[in-house]
Amino acid sequence: MARAATTTDAFNAVAEPRRRQILDLLRARERPVNELVELLGLAQPQVSKHLRVLREVDLVHVRDEGRHRMYRLNPGPLQPIHDWLGAYEQLWNERFDLMDDVLDDLGKAETDDDGDD
Amino acid sequence: MTATTKGSATVTLPADNQILITREFNAPARLVWKAYTTPELIRRWWAGQRGTVTSVEVDLRVGGRWRYVMTANPGFEVAFHGEYREIQEPVRLVNTEAFEGIPDPDGNAALVTMTLTEKDGRTAMEMLVEHRDQEGRDAHVNSGMEGGMQEAMDALEELAASLA
Repeated sequence: MARAATTTDAFNAVAEPRRRQILDLLRARERPVNELVELLGLAQPQVSKHLRVLREVDLVHVRDEGRHRMYRLNPGPLQPIHDWLGAYEQLWNERFDLMDDVLDDLGKAETDDDGDD
Repeated sequence: MTATTKGSATVTLPADNQILITREFNAPARLVWKAYTTPELIRRWWAGQRGTVTSVEVDLRVGGRWRYVMTANPGFEVAFHGEYREIQEPVRLVNTEAFEGIPDPDGNAALVTMTLTEKDGRTAMEMLVEHRDQEGRDAHVNSGMEGGMQEAMDALEELAASLA
């Protein structure tokens, strides 16, 4: 690791597509690391590194079961992201819905002007 | 039937410094472009349901500047400004976007690439907002937001603090 890890929160952690894939896989059920390696088609050290990041931001919990370490999703920290995106999306929906009205008017004006070209 | 497009915007985070906003419009690209770049039309949509647009300045040339101001509910003013970098009417507009509510707005400006793709009289819009870093992105999304947004950010701050 030449670069310092910059992942400090859940936002950052889920910005990486592979980590989102891991979360998707864990959404179904808890899994041991070898299963994730197989499903992702990545080398084990890579998967372990992603899991470590996800654990650091509390998106993944781990427990020992015999000789296996079982990883499971902890969705709590995703809630603020969900809310954050939802609010931003709502603003753009308000804007675009109003833009629809503007476009309606522009379209009507064009139709009215058709005879003038 | 514009009703079919209502509420259909999507926002995704392709990378930790990016926000991608997509929407389809039931109108040709030239009209979407017009609605997006004409001051008196911008006034009608840019504030959403959150307030009133009080000022729109658009100097639509490469190197030209723009500035939008809106007043949100409790007399709270929100202003953005920037510079046009690339203009290809009616398919592509690239501009910087600085939020005046943070320290060093221009130093923290985002680059916005808006593309329009017309097909069968309908137009798909993609707006890619690229920030210098994740903090810039988060500050941006937090700008001009009230209520639920603020709560979400508070929750996020608590989360971040709990991870520190």
